[in-house]
Amino acid sequence: MIIDAKGLHYRELNEQVRAAVADGETDLTLLNVNGQRYIADAIDTPVSITIEGVPGNDLGVFMNGPSLVVHANGQDHIANTMNDGKIIVHGDAGDVLGYGMRGGKVFVKGDVGYRVGIHMKEYKDKVPVMVIGGKARDFFGEYMAGGTLILLGLDTGGNGQEEIAGNYFGTGMHGGVIYVRGRLDDYQLGKEVKQLEMDDKDREVLRAYVTEFAADFGMDAEEILKGDFVKIKAVSHRPYGNLYAY
Amino acid sequence: MKGRIHRRNISGCGLAGMMSEDGRLMSGEGIIRSMEVLHDRSNGLGGGFAGYGIYPDRQDHYALHIMYDDIKAKEMTDVLIDEWFEVDAEEVIPTKRVPGVGKAPLLWRYFVKPSADFNECGVCEEDYVIDAVMLVNSTVEGAFIFSSGKNMGAFKAVGFPEDVGKFYRLNEYEGYTWIGHGRFPTNTPGWWGGAHPFTILDWAIVHNGEISSYGINKRYLEMFGYKCTMLTDTEVVAYSFDLLLRRHNLPIELACKALAASFWTDIDRMKAQGKKVADVYEALRMVYGSGLLNGPFAIILGHANGMVGLSDRVKLRPLVAARKDDMLYIASEESAIREVASGLDRVWNPKAGEPVIGELKIPVSNTDAVRELEETVA
Repeated sequence: MIIDAKGLHYRELNEQVRAAVADGETDLTLLNVNGQRYIADAIDTPVSITIEGVPGNDLGVFMNGPSLVVHANGQDHIANTMNDGKIIVHGDAGDVLGYGMRGGKVFVKGDVGYRVGIHMKEYKDKVPVMVIGGKARDFFGEYMAGGTLILLGLDTGGNGQEEIAGNYFGTGMHGGVIYVRGRLDDYQLGKEVKQLEMDDKDREVLRAYVTEFAADFGMDAEEILKGDFVKIKAVSHRPYGNLYAY
Repeated sequence: MKGRIHRRNISGCGLAGMMSEDGRLMSGEGIIRSMEVLHDRSNGLGGGFAGYGIYPDRQDHYALHIMYDDIKAKEMTDVLIDEWFEVDAEEVIPTKRVPGVGKAPLLWRYFVKPSADFNECGVCEEDYVIDAVMLVNSTVEGAFIFSSGKNMGAFKAVGFPEDVGKFYRLNEYEGYTWIGHGRFPTNTPGWWGGAHPFTILDWAIVHNGEISSYGINKRYLEMFGYKCTMLTDTEVVAYSFDLLLRRHNLPIELACKALAASFWTDIDRMKAQGKKVADVYEALRMVYGSGLLNGPFAIILGHANGMVGLSDRVKLRPLVAARKDDMLYIASEESAIREVASGLDRVWNPKAGEPVIGELKIPVSNTDAVRELEETVA
């Protein structure tokens, strides 16, 4: 089913999407999207939604199951508090992706902005995953509490950035794991994290996600995996765990 | 709110700017459309625009846009204006009734030149104009000069930006640079004078965020004769750029580095790496310590010769830039740019604290320095 979003306010567009999903539509295409917020918010049916144009902020907020494919750049706050599903962005994306994300996947082909993966979290088998094809700016994985972030540093983005990531990398991080295809200088890292060597289990996890990412964007996974990866983790777990206990 | 369903506003201010570096003139309709996409970032308590190149027939005159609470405020201001300036023309700013823009103050504009004997004051022409603006804004009850540049003008009101643009009939003007703003006031009142842009001479600022250092910036600027009268933080940004760019003649890159200063840790690291520029950044922090803008901000500065976008050092507010041919676009969201431009050459997220700069290929000569240079060459 096709919905023409041209000139529609986000409320009208999202009402139409919701109505279509309620009617049993499983495959939607939204044309002429430009800036409409909250697309697919809180939808908990595993439908497929293709988005032509730049979706507005909070794409997939609270989403629980759908697969979104964006054939353009994304804006800020993609996958805010997302619970399940998948978002594929064939372009760059903005700031604060995956804020409090607790499940599902976000794949961005190009570059991302600031505070990506902020406060992602995991619980048992709910492990959110975000793979960034390009480069990231400051505060990548800030306050990260769980989940997996992968930063590939390919020249697939439009920000014209040389370094793979900015500063304050993993600041406040206390859970989860970040894999980076390249080395960071120590000054770029937050005080709570360290760069560690990859072990076999890391390589297995990485291979699975990079293979899926490469397939989605028509890239060569083996070529990407040839890169020199490091693992970044918090050096202390629950640093304030005892603060209120005594 | 009587008779209305209360809805929580999920908002942050919205910004957009577009400029033709070739100096091609564009109707104000484009910037209205661009701002309309950002409608949900503001809450109807302030919208405004500035256009450059809009008064070609009177480009040598300062265009004073003034809002008056009542006719008495106008009478008192007129006395001062006659004393300070030679008035070439005076008229009501054309507006039309638009739903969404409420009762307006009296809106007038004057095209003026400083009085023939202004040199007796011992100040340059631009400082003379600023003194007059500050005098009216700080002493005349109910009168606010909200625009005072040459061949440019600010237009602002309480309302959503797209309504404000229609209210001021901006589609009837043509400019080579337009900037726009939709306001979501948090700490200060939503009144007509408090809408953005904030201007002095041809500098116009639209801002999303909050200048937490307002107090120290205000006191610093007061030492140079600027008076903060608009009841909101953004005003200091306009005066800061006037101080740094015009009076202190800093290049735009350095002025931005003074306002969004490098962190000391970064300066120290650059020094350790033997980077000489670190000394410049250190000097800027030492000289302009009280001018540093702290807090979250994304701003667009418009001026006679160009447009600048800048965010705070840790990027607490959004800013996107794009180029196509001779056009530079800057906005809070990419969608605001896409609405008015297709087939962009490049779209990117600028680095925090680093300016995006658009410059007219043939600059307008409007500073003393350029005038002197031209006279010397001639």
